[in-house]
Amino acid sequence: MSDCVLELDRVVKRFADNEVLRGVSISLHRHEVVCLIGASGSGKSTLLRCANLLETIDAGSITLFGQSLLDPRIDPDLVRRHIGMVFQSFNLFPHLSVLENILIGPVHALKRKRAEVHDEALVLLERIGLRDRADDFPDKLSGGQQQRVAIVRSLAMRPSLLLLDEVTSALDPTLVGEVLDLLRDLAASGTTMLIATHEMNFARDVAHQVAYLDQGVLVEMGSPEQIFTNPQHEATRTFLERVR
Amino acid sequence: MSLGADLGPPEAPPWLFAPRHKRLFIGRRGLVASTASSLLIIGGLVAVFFLAPGSANVRYYFFNPHNMWLSFVGDPAQGLSSVGVGLLTNIWIFMLSEVLVLLFGLLIAWTRMSQSPVLTPFRILSTVYTDVFRGIPILLVIFLIGFGLPGLGLGFISNQSPAVYGCVALTITYSAYVAEVFRAGINSVPHGQLLAARSLGLTRPSTMRRVILPQAVRTVIPPLLNDFISLQKDTALVSSLGAVEATRAAQIFNSTNFNASGLVVASMLFLVLTIPMTRFTDHLIARDRSRRLATT
Repeated sequence: MSDCVLELDRVVKRFADNEVLRGVSISLHRHEVVCLIGASGSGKSTLLRCANLLETIDAGSITLFGQSLLDPRIDPDLVRRHIGMVFQSFNLFPHLSVLENILIGPVHALKRKRAEVHDEALVLLERIGLRDRADDFPDKLSGGQQQRVAIVRSLAMRPSLLLLDEVTSALDPTLVGEVLDLLRDLAASGTTMLIATHEMNFARDVAHQVAYLDQGVLVEMGSPEQIFTNPQHEATRTFLERVR
Repeated sequence: MSLGADLGPPEAPPWLFAPRHKRLFIGRRGLVASTASSLLIIGGLVAVFFLAPGSANVRYYFFNPHNMWLSFVGDPAQGLSSVGVGLLTNIWIFMLSEVLVLLFGLLIAWTRMSQSPVLTPFRILSTVYTDVFRGIPILLVIFLIGFGLPGLGLGFISNQSPAVYGCVALTITYSAYVAEVFRAGINSVPHGQLLAARSLGLTRPSTMRRVILPQAVRTVIPPLLNDFISLQKDTALVSSLGAVEATRAAQIFNSTNFNASGLVVASMLFLVLTIPMTRFTDHLIARDRSRRLATT
């Protein structure tokens, strides 16, 4: 239990009278990769945003390293510095160069020395093979490159875990591979990740746990083996048959 | 009959030809047509002007070169102030107002969009402010300030020149417009940008300064310049308080010499100021448009 990074307990989230999450419990341990699967609108993205305090929850609890995030003394900005988030639509800052996109967090949120972070950023860019694009603006990059920069941007904060919100859904099919490969690398090097995804093969490969969400309810959770070959619930089975 | 477009190739090209009336103005013939219609319309208007029964009168009354020059340079001997010098008053009024409007407008937009509970009264005030001052005709604001503030007997505040009161009134009104321009610009930045910045742990002010505002500025500049163009013209309204700027000088010339050429001179001087700005704004809008078309 000591290595539990993030724990969501019976989380409820409503938008007006629409209940998007209906008591979802999920926990994420160190070096663990959990994939959230489920149809669009099942609450995957909302769950990730709640974990990041980008949304306030209506009931339940969220705990990071044993500390409740609902504690009024909590500063959401400090919480978010430990949690990296990558979005479906990349959301790189279009007015900043690739390098500046990576530097902005460490320099202006963590107040680290620019020169020091600069070198780290170049190493990260080197790792995704985009070092020569450091001074380009994001709109000069392909979707796959932009998304890889977005991933590296959140890594530059040295987060304790990464939240990934359907990071390949907005990509041209030919560009999906390069992004998934990067995520595979991260998983192999022990990055703790909570990944909402529609890529079933990817989930099967990298996830330690797979959770199936349906209309705000966590229907079942288990090893990829269990979920993909022997789902216990009818809803999971139907969903998997339809995406296959 | 099978479903689909397997009707085979058409027999001959005339199928694809446009009807005759559509082909009338293509290529060189289009150029000829546009030249001819321009000459016809513009020539017609000029002809109407010169052939009108009172044409000679109007030309003397409004376009008399001697009087135009006289009104432009002024005549101290006659007690006539120069329209050209008067324009300098317009210029400093709008330059000062524009700077104040930028600061004040941003402040109002900022408070209106703030979320801090402490700022609640200011948030309400700034909302009321933008509603009220976009709703009152600017001439009335000028009168209310220009006659109201001196009446208060508040020492320094009540002892300013009409031009200063005009400046204050223009700032008050235009800040309301510009605040809305800023707000629209800030709202035009996609929500994902805010999410990305906040999820990096940037604070709200830092997100505003480093992520939202730099992107908002690009969309804000054309409408902002448009407001500045009308602000420049509206400096003429300050004449109603008795400030001797270009319009007022032209009016004085008119009532002394019974010749309105000064008004035409003042108009031309305003054009000299506003046209470069208008062109520049249109250029920015076109550039922004082509840039957006290029990226999507």
